[in-house]
Parts: sequence; structure tokens; C-alpha cells
Amino acid sequence: MALFSKQNKEVFCNPLNLDNPILVQVLGICSALAVTSQLKPAIVMGLAVTVITAFSNVIISILRNTIPNRIRIVVQLVVVAALVTIVSQILKAYVYDVSVQLSVYVGLIITNCILMGRLEAFAMMNKPWPSFLDGVGNGLGYALILVVVGAVRELLGRGSLLGFQIIPDACYDWGYINNGMMTMPAMALILVGIVIWVHRAYFYKEK
Amino acid sequence: MEHIISLFFRSIFVDNMIFAFFLGMCSYLAVSKTVKTSLGLGLAVTFVLTVTVPVNYLLQTKVLGDGCLVEGVDLSYLSFILFIGVIAGMVQLVEMTVEKYSPSLYAALGIFLPLIAVNCAIMGASLFMQQRILLDPTNTQAITSVWDAVVYGFGSGIGWTLAIVSLGAIREKMQYCDVPRPLQGLGITFIVVGLMAMAMMCFSGLNI
Repeated sequence: MALFSKQNKEVFCNPLNLDNPILVQVLGICSALAVTSQLKPAIVMGLAVTVITAFSNVIISILRNTIPNRIRIVVQLVVVAALVTIVSQILKAYVYDVSVQLSVYVGLIITNCILMGRLEAFAMMNKPWPSFLDGVGNGLGYALILVVVGAVRELLGRGSLLGFQIIPDACYDWGYINNGMMTMPAMALILVGIVIWVHRAYFYKEK
Repeated sequence: MEHIISLFFRSIFVDNMIFAFFLGMCSYLAVSKTVKTSLGLGLAVTFVLTVTVPVNYLLQTKVLGDGCLVEGVDLSYLSFILFIGVIAGMVQLVEMTVEKYSPSLYAALGIFLPLIAVNCAIMGASLFMQQRILLDPTNTQAITSVWDAVVYGFGSGIGWTLAIVSLGAIREKMQYCDVPRPLQGLGITFIVVGLMAMAMMCFSGLNI
């Protein structure tokens, strides 16, 4: 079987749009809302989840025939928890300020439903290579939404992107004011609601 | 005593799991279609929180902390694996107990019980508890004894139940509303939760 056969390509591309983990499968909402008040933590979180989903998918997919059915959730949790511990230590070592900003939400990747959802729905039934693609695809689909929401919230709430000021000082002189509401938790929910609305209206065709 | 009361009310209203931290959002959105199922899940979550937070508190302070087992060794990087192990084990235990002693409740809760193991509110409460041990004891958020941990777990659970039951009630009413087609279902639910979170923000300055 070719590495990039048509089937594998679908596995990789579907989660980006038609089968997006956040917008369509409704998985992993908690962290998506909490870390998006600025762009930088959103990007780091997206990457962390992509790496963990990909590798946990591969590991579970290799072990899938040896895991007894009754205790499979415990096995999955342990594999994921080990990977999350590694990623959390790496974040603490190299990007300490972001790791402080993300606080408990790095640890909460363990209970992120994207991971358990993909492990149950895909990795338990497929070979390692498609599982890897599925993990990367779902992680990137998740990261995509995080980046969109994070960018909107930082631009409107603080007038900057990645910490650099975007809206020129002249605008502030004319009376433009940052919308402080955007940095509040409540607006994250409303923004994701609007993203879902746009996605359903233009990209997603209901069967 | 004062500290415990203020911790309890803070964890319900100010540090509400759903509206301030978005924890347990997945099952919150999936299960809140009717008031009855919402209440069932809310009570199950409250129970598991009340049990796991103190157990994890004891683990953190007696086993994992700096120099607890071996002098000069800080094991707290193992906390993720240990906490999730405790939670998964506890959920399994609760499930077996309920199945044996109250089959009717077990049938009512159905799939929700095993789902609690991967509910981020449970894990989140333990991780917040881990952060709050280090706080100054005069801070109203500090957790300095096992009773504080019990109260914090119970209060967070009540706050979560409150949130899911009220959303369930709103969604029951919303079935009769004329919502734009692409916004139906998930989209409007998000916006409703956003408005509820905005209303809950008025508690944020609360000092008891």
C-alpha cells in the first residue's frame, strides 16, 4: 500500500475541514476556549496537541491487538499521560513563559476528548501509519480553530498579534479603544459559536 | 470555618468550572439536552469530585511532594499519571458500587459514569488543587488541609451541576425558538453559554 494513497489522503485532510474535531465532532472544546486569549499560547497548545495525538495514536495502534477490551481506557489514559508529562517538561524547559500562561491546561490535554475520541474511533482499528496521519490531521484541524479564535481575540482585545502592535497609534488618537470584553472567557464561547455558524453556512454540507 | 465557607462559595460562583475555566465542556454540551439527564450527570460529577480531590490532595502532600518519600527528591512531575490513575480507578469503583446497590440509578446514568473519567472538570480540579497548596493560607483560594480539599471538590461539583442544569432548562425551552438553520444545535448553544458566562462575570468581584 502506497504511503499517500487516496484513502490516506482523505484520513489526513478530512479533519481539517469537513470532519473538524472542534466544529463537527465537538471534541476538545475546553482547552480550545481557555487558551485562546492570545495567539502565542494558542499556537503552542495546537502544536502540543498535534504531537501528542499523533504519537499516542501510533502507540495505541501498535498495541491494539494486545490490549484487553475491558481495561482499554486505562491503558489509553496511561499512554497519553506519559506523553503529556514529556511534553509538559519540554515546554517548561524551553518556553517557560508560555507554559506558565497555559498553567493547568497542559495537564488537561490528558483528558482532552480529541485524544480519547481518536484513539477509540480510529487507532484501535487501524494500522500505525494511517493512525499517525489521522492524529496529525486532527491535531492540525484543532490548531487551525485555535489560531483563528486566538488571532481575533488578540487583535480586537489588545490590538496586537503575537505581542506586536498591529493597530497603529493614530487609530487610538482618533478614539479607537481596545475591546476589553474580547479577553474575557465569555467572548471565547461566543466567537466559537460564530465560527461554527460560518462553517455550517458556507463549508459544511449536511447529509 | 470562615475560610471554608468562603472557599465553598468562591468555588461555586467565582471560580465556576464551566464559566470561568471551561472545564468539562464536552460532556456539558453533549448531555445538556434535558434537565433530567443534566441533573444525573451533575450529581455523578459532584460525587466523583468530592472523593478524588481529597485523595489526590493526600497523594500530593504525603507522597509526591518535595522530600516526602526520599529526602531531597521531588516527584511532582509524576502527578499527571498518578492523578489520572486515581480518577480512573475511583470512577470504576463508583460504577461497580452503583451497579450492585442501585441498579435503577445505574440504568439512569448509563454511559455517563464511565465518561466521567475523561471529564476535564475532574482532572482540572485536582490540578488546580495542586497549584493552590502553595498559596498563602490567608488567601481565600488556598487549600491547606484535607477538609479544604473536600469543600473545594464539593463546591466545584455543585457549581458544575448548577451550570449544566440551567443550560439543560434553557435548551428545553429553546426547542420552540426559530433559530437560523446553520446556527441550530451547536452554534446557538455556544452563544447561549457565552451569554450565561457573561452574566456569571458579575460574581467575579465577590468577597465573602
